[in-house]
Amino acid sequence: MNFIALKMLVGNRARYLSIIIGLTFASLLITQQSAIFMGLMTRTFGFLTDTSFPDIWVMDPKVQYIDDIKPLKETESIRVRSVEGVAWAVPLYKGLLKARLSNGTFQTCNVIGLDDETLIGGPPQLLQGKLADLRRSDAIIVDIVGATGKLARSTPEGKRIPLKIGDTMELNDHRAVVVGICQVQRTFQSQPVVYTTYSRATVFAPRERKLLSFVAAKAKPGQDFHTLCQRIRKTTGLAAYTKDEFKKLTIRYYMKYTGIPINFGTTVVLGFIVGIAIAGQTFYSFTLDNLRYFGTLKAMGATDRVLLQMILLQAALVGSIGYGLGVGVASTLGALSGSTELSFLLTWQLLLASAIAVMLICAVSAVLSMRKVIRLEPAIVFQS
Amino acid sequence: MMDMDNIAVQCKSMTKTYGSGSTLVPALRGVDLEVRTGELMMLVGPSGSGKTTLISIIAGVLDRDGGECTVFGHDFKHMTHYEKTRYRGQNIGFVFQLFNLIPTLSTAENVAVPLIINGVKRREAIERACEILSRVGLGDRTSSPPTQLSGGQQQRVAIARALLHNPKLIVCDEPTSALDHETGHKILELLHDVAVGIDRALIVVTHDARIFEFADRIAKMDDGFIISVEKSNYRLTNKKKN
Repeated sequence: MNFIALKMLVGNRARYLSIIIGLTFASLLITQQSAIFMGLMTRTFGFLTDTSFPDIWVMDPKVQYIDDIKPLKETESIRVRSVEGVAWAVPLYKGLLKARLSNGTFQTCNVIGLDDETLIGGPPQLLQGKLADLRRSDAIIVDIVGATGKLARSTPEGKRIPLKIGDTMELNDHRAVVVGICQVQRTFQSQPVVYTTYSRATVFAPRERKLLSFVAAKAKPGQDFHTLCQRIRKTTGLAAYTKDEFKKLTIRYYMKYTGIPINFGTTVVLGFIVGIAIAGQTFYSFTLDNLRYFGTLKAMGATDRVLLQMILLQAALVGSIGYGLGVGVASTLGALSGSTELSFLLTWQLLLASAIAVMLICAVSAVLSMRKVIRLEPAIVFQS
Repeated sequence: MMDMDNIAVQCKSMTKTYGSGSTLVPALRGVDLEVRTGELMMLVGPSGSGKTTLISIIAGVLDRDGGECTVFGHDFKHMTHYEKTRYRGQNIGFVFQLFNLIPTLSTAENVAVPLIINGVKRREAIERACEILSRVGLGDRTSSPPTQLSGGQQQRVAIARALLHNPKLIVCDEPTSALDHETGHKILELLHDVAVGIDRALIVVTHDARIFEFADRIAKMDDGFIISVEKSNYRLTNKKKN
């Protein structure tokens, strides 16, 4: 009976295409908006992803997320280093400083100050220059997006010239020389990322009594990270998180205190409702259109189980095609937006969730149709 | 005294009422009817007299309220929903007023449906459908969709569909109402030739007085009763001709 089910579905072109379009649109909305949301959330802890060496991040206990800097005393890095099980601990500066551009305008930059001796926490990928060049006078490394975008110089004709090695700029009224161009994860606020040494970063930064943002620590081999975090907390009174814990802390903050999840959630729910409304309703109408034929099949001896299988097959077919097209369009849009500011992260978990959502839409549509067919009196076939 | 082996359908004091409460509409008020094997029985009567209700109950697509009804000795009331459906699938053929051919299937596929429902492989079912379509003169239209056929051709497809699985009882609801006089005659001749057999019975509901001559017996219905059952001389006339 499968071929009859499929021919009944595909043969009714208008309804078939409406259902597919509805499901494609729903799948596209659900997948794309969720992927953008995931991309945005990933950007919130982009710095942590880039800084892969440390196992444990130590900070003020009141820090709520990665950009919520509550400075510590510089001696805290020494205290952390002295905790049993810590292999090494280095100071890190992270702050927003103003860069003065050649045209006189200002641009806020995300400045990262690395431990002067080890330069631990440097950019994951250097496109030009060497990390060791940061030891040169006034040296900074700028990320490629910032160098070609917000920090690029403008000619009087309006042409933008990217920052290159050897160029200078002012960071909080201090001279800075570009010695390298790096590639980093896009950040949530999309500000240019500037790497320098810790001591130079504290010179660039406005004077404060305390300037240490984080202590990045490495556990000795065989140490349990969670136990070590507890020990650091107990010994220093500071907060200590593993990288994953710090990421979760950051995401939790954005989820709780920003409207982002509600905004994206609303769109995803809308996608789901659109799916139910368009695809579900059209599928139901398709069943109603064919009720006479379902009744005929029933009268001719097709059992309820066979008819239900036919409807499920029809729902599964339109669901698979709609899902595939929706995800395909979402992926294409994601790939095309790779070089733009749009964040887009399509994970297998997201694909699965989207598939479940589409399946749910199809299941709701199928159940409505199945109820109608089950309750159908085969005597309908004699009604003219 | 009637030989019980020759009885295809037997209804006694059968009743059926639609609606509930104050909107009760009695459709059958105590119908007694006997249809024999090898017989073409026509049910005639005005609209609302209960003809369609009667064949719906006989065909097992509607439950009666009271009385008795057996089809080849089987009482649908004593069957489960599943058993009833399977019995219909194996023993009853349907010809509908509006043909009820699935427009997205080809002619052969439409005819093959009862066999496919009964578990015959698709290819074999379609081969057999093509054979029977040749018998009804549509061997060259097997792959056409029903929408490309005339009314008479569509009814012939419906008859082929009703016959393919060799059912014992065939019920036809107004099979000629959508057809012109000449086509209606041809359809009835075809039905009579291919459907009425020694171990088979045919019940035709109709308003169409032009086809009464094809009946072996005619049961007249009015207001939920069978008011008369008369013999027709079609077979005798035909035998004399032959």
